[in-house]
Amino acid sequence: MDLRKLKTLIELVESSGIAELEISEGEERVRITRAGVNAATMQQQVYAAPQPAQFAPQAAPAVAPVAAEPAAVEGHVVKSPMVGTFYRSASPGAKAFVDVGQNVNAGDTLCIIEAMKLLNEIETDKGGVIKAILVENGQPVEFGQPLFIIG
Amino acid sequence: MFEKILIANRGEIALRIQRACREMGIKTVAVHSEADADAKYVKLADESVCIGPAPSSQGYLHIPAIISAAEVTDAQAIHPGYGFLSENADFAERVEKSGFVFIGPRAETIRLMGDKVSAKIAMKKAGVPCVPGVEGALPADPAEIIKIARSIGYPVIIKASGGGGGRGMRVVHTEAALLNAVTMTRTEAQAAFNNPMVYMEKFLENPRHIEFQILADQHGNAVYLGERDCSMQRRHQKIIEEAPAPLLNAKLRDKIGERCAEACRKIGYRGAGTFEFLYENGEFFFIEMNTRVQVEHPVSEMITGIDIVQQQIRVAAGEKLSFKQKDIAFRGHAIECRINAEHPYKFIPSPGRITTWHPPGGPGIRVDSHVYANYFVPPNYDSMIGKIIAYGDTREQAMARMRIALSEMAVEGIDTNILLHQELMQDAAFKRGGTSIHYLEHKLAERTKGK
Repeated sequence: MDLRKLKTLIELVESSGIAELEISEGEERVRITRAGVNAATMQQQVYAAPQPAQFAPQAAPAVAPVAAEPAAVEGHVVKSPMVGTFYRSASPGAKAFVDVGQNVNAGDTLCIIEAMKLLNEIETDKGGVIKAILVENGQPVEFGQPLFIIG
Repeated sequence: MFEKILIANRGEIALRIQRACREMGIKTVAVHSEADADAKYVKLADESVCIGPAPSSQGYLHIPAIISAAEVTDAQAIHPGYGFLSENADFAERVEKSGFVFIGPRAETIRLMGDKVSAKIAMKKAGVPCVPGVEGALPADPAEIIKIARSIGYPVIIKASGGGGGRGMRVVHTEAALLNAVTMTRTEAQAAFNNPMVYMEKFLENPRHIEFQILADQHGNAVYLGERDCSMQRRHQKIIEEAPAPLLNAKLRDKIGERCAEACRKIGYRGAGTFEFLYENGEFFFIEMNTRVQVEHPVSEMITGIDIVQQQIRVAAGEKLSFKQKDIAFRGHAIECRINAEHPYKFIPSPGRITTWHPPGGPGIRVDSHVYANYFVPPNYDSMIGKIIAYGDTREQAMARMRIALSEMAVEGIDTNILLHQELMQDAAFKRGGTSIHYLEHKLAERTKGK
């Protein structure tokens, strides 16, 4: 296998999302694995992301800010008015205040946010249908963090 | 040692605290308002929590939000910085009741020193010289008030007991103006501090502001880290600070420093603190104590080599001070210029986006600032965007280095007071040293008149 071909293959692996490429040509076989520097770079990208461990760790792609989510679902975003821990129900094991698809009126309690050993009921100021619940039970939330989308 | 500290502040001091934590391998939690979401230290923190909208009362002053943030991040200690809640005894108490360590003195110490009347009584008892005055709050009886003023001798100054930091004061030169002045100060004090108690002191005509930095651990050890001269002030706000104080007798420094350290031992002080004095005619007069780290702490750090913020953290973690007074040497001279986002002569605040930010550097230059090119200086907080500290073997070298640094510095997009600092670094009286706390205001007044 000539060097130019090898170089092209290496560039191919580098520029693509391929983790490993193996090519057999007759007796010759080449395996190119993405490892070492590249893997470390990917690793670093996760840690050094502009919002490290901000309280919206929804999923692995830390790059996507939570604000992007509401764009996918249209509606009124209910944001957290305080710092604390988000709970779906009044007590562990109890029924959740609301579920996706449920109709709510202005003033209905959507969830509880616990702060400094006090449970605060969070009410919606707008009525409608719960389109999305953006945080998980027991998750810490910060001021202004989107919690529900009501459509 | 703590594994995680929550920084309950913003701006340059938040970055300063973060640096101290990172050096010690301590994780940091940066709390921030919505206006500070893009702050440098927020980006660098291990975790960040938005605690409220821009207004301070709903953010950095909102105790439940801060304690809640500590809860959800499992922080172990909270560093309050300066300003905001740093000298709020209720906050200190609630922090500790919630199971966190408050990096600062005990709540009762903060309370004692926060009440200027009781602070003075405590200091007098501890052998610290105070401004001549009558002990205790002013009574209600006008005849009594007049008698007290006569015993002190005019001019006198009426001060709010719940005030401090230059707020809630009024000077009285003649008996005719006395009773009105007391009434007005009481009313202002009630409105600003929810405490109408006022006291009276002799007004010193031309004093210098010289303060002593102390450190005390939880094992009965207390040391002084020398003094700072902060006389260059405008409306009671410091603009330039330096250490050591020029033209000060070394023996007198040691005597007062030791009295401050002894006072700390007597009241069981914990952490870093500053004893503020007025200095006139070779005499020191205690005015108040600040139970927190101060803006101007870097100049003391430069001449002693001691990291004050790290020491605060160590003391809070229960460590013994690793040095005694005899181990502390004062070497060289340091000057700090506070860089404010304001017009250099009109003092109109200048928030907005910094389009060019080119800080100085080189030997003996330290820049403590959280801002960066393209950073938006929010309008909701005080205007200080950074501090330039120049260190030299002598005062002359520190001044020369500061002049060079100021000339190198380029900031565009907002106004700054760099021009004012450049003028002051060339000012003949400043170069001689020993200017009083009224000097800058007189100089600025002359300037306005001259126009």
